[in-house]
Amino acid sequence: MTAVSIRGVSKQFRAGITALTGIDLDVEPGEFVSLIGPSGCGKSTLLRIIGDLVQPTAGTVEVNGKPANRARRDHDYGIVFQDAVLYDWRTVAKNISLPLELLRWSRGRRDARVDEMLELVELSAFAKHHPWQLSGGMQQRVAIARALSFSPSLLLMDEPFGALDEMTRERLNAELLRIWQDTRSTVVFVTHSIPEAVFLSTRVVVMSARPGRIANVVDVGLPQPRTNATREEPRFFELVTQVREHLIASGAPLGDTSTPTLVEEPA
Amino acid sequence: MSAIVQPVPVGIGRRVGRHALDWIPAVIIFALGIAAWQGLVVVFHVQDFLLPKPTSIATAFWHDKHVLWSEGVYTFKEALGGFALGSGLGIAVALVFAAWRPLGGVFMPYAVAANAIPIIAFAPIMNDWFGLLNPFSKMAIAALLCFFPVMINTLRGLTSVHPSSVELMRSYAAGRARLFRHVRIPNALPHLFTGLKVATVLSMIGAIVGEYFGGPTSALGVSILNASSYGRFTDAWAGIVMASAFGILFYALVAMAERLTTSWHPSARAFRSE
Repeated sequence: MTAVSIRGVSKQFRAGITALTGIDLDVEPGEFVSLIGPSGCGKSTLLRIIGDLVQPTAGTVEVNGKPANRARRDHDYGIVFQDAVLYDWRTVAKNISLPLELLRWSRGRRDARVDEMLELVELSAFAKHHPWQLSGGMQQRVAIARALSFSPSLLLMDEPFGALDEMTRERLNAELLRIWQDTRSTVVFVTHSIPEAVFLSTRVVVMSARPGRIANVVDVGLPQPRTNATREEPRFFELVTQVREHLIASGAPLGDTSTPTLVEEPA
Repeated sequence: MSAIVQPVPVGIGRRVGRHALDWIPAVIIFALGIAAWQGLVVVFHVQDFLLPKPTSIATAFWHDKHVLWSEGVYTFKEALGGFALGSGLGIAVALVFAAWRPLGGVFMPYAVAANAIPIIAFAPIMNDWFGLLNPFSKMAIAALLCFFPVMINTLRGLTSVHPSSVELMRSYAAGRARLFRHVRIPNALPHLFTGLKVATVLSMIGAIVGEYFGGPTSALGVSILNASSYGRFTDAWAGIVMASAFGILFYALVAMAERLTTSWHPSARAFRSE
């Protein structure tokens, strides 16, 4: 059973803007798929359509073989936004347990799971802190722990590290890969960083702007587990170049600072 | 932490100690102000009916303390009743407007227009409607004054929620009731308290001004009015001191409740992190 199945999805906003057109995409269980494209290519909208937070104008979306609406109501996915969206009135531990409370888990079961999640994102020492006492990277780790707390099979991530500095981003990339392998979940990840997409994904979906459509799909065959050494492999650079060329071919204006300078490119 | 405060036992004692230190400048300014007042009145031979000496006011206050206290309690009860009524209604209306936005859109212009009315002008009407001696006539004025600031602040708190917050709750398949309970209402608390603090002051104003237009002699406003009518200005000032004391106490109580319920708020971090 496919984790996500998108058939002929289009989205037109009321102002007459076509955000997406003719999207077909299948994501298999256990895959890590990145959606990459220029601003306004509708990648965040597509993610929200998968999550049944936005309704498509045409086409169908199935998650775990169910209509997206059913999947949302069954808590089949967890979502992480660019902002951590943590609640200031809740401690870190309480933020993580929010979905469990909504699912009416018992107190004991909740506490045990929260401890487990805190360990997973290495924030056990901060359980009783309030979100505003944490750095941006730590807040985003709490958001990831919250999204995974009820063990959804699918994780939707909308530029979760977009607001973080490069160092933090790379560290969280590695951490996310570890979590992905530990939890054996499926991830759909929206980003505008080419190296991030290549480093994380099993497949990179390159989208073009206005109207947003899938321009190309790049299979990333880099071996797992990936480490910082992966970022220095020739194959990594080749894939980055490949994705960038697809982006250019699809009409994306480049000059993107997130593209690494290939000073040390091997001959 | 500096070495100076270290001998004080850790925990609450240390925090109170720090707070006491924080208050010292304010206390000094207060003392200086009173001293300057006293000095100026004595040096320039200001007549009592213009501005009595603080010492005369203190003497009058001490002399009448039992009467002033019972009058203050009477008026404070009116203010409290009006505060509860007006704030309760304000919170309820804000919840309704936040839950059904179109309704808010229809009624908000009227609410804003109504707020521009000098509500205190209705005091004689309220006395007429509910009876001069009925405390409810003063509560009604106080309630009218409290309603708007509480309503508008609460509404802002309920609606100023990050769109992603709403999406997050939707992703959990949480309905409107849970969105209110877990997101909108906690988010509104700091705003609500801003409104409530304004309302404490307004409710005292409402009750006392209402009494100026007539009320039982057991009320502080009536007592202040009578004292000044008969030229007993020092007594009038003593009444004003009592009214201020109740006003400040009321404000402080609400501020304390705020501190207790919204200690999580980033604006409270100055009080908890060192």
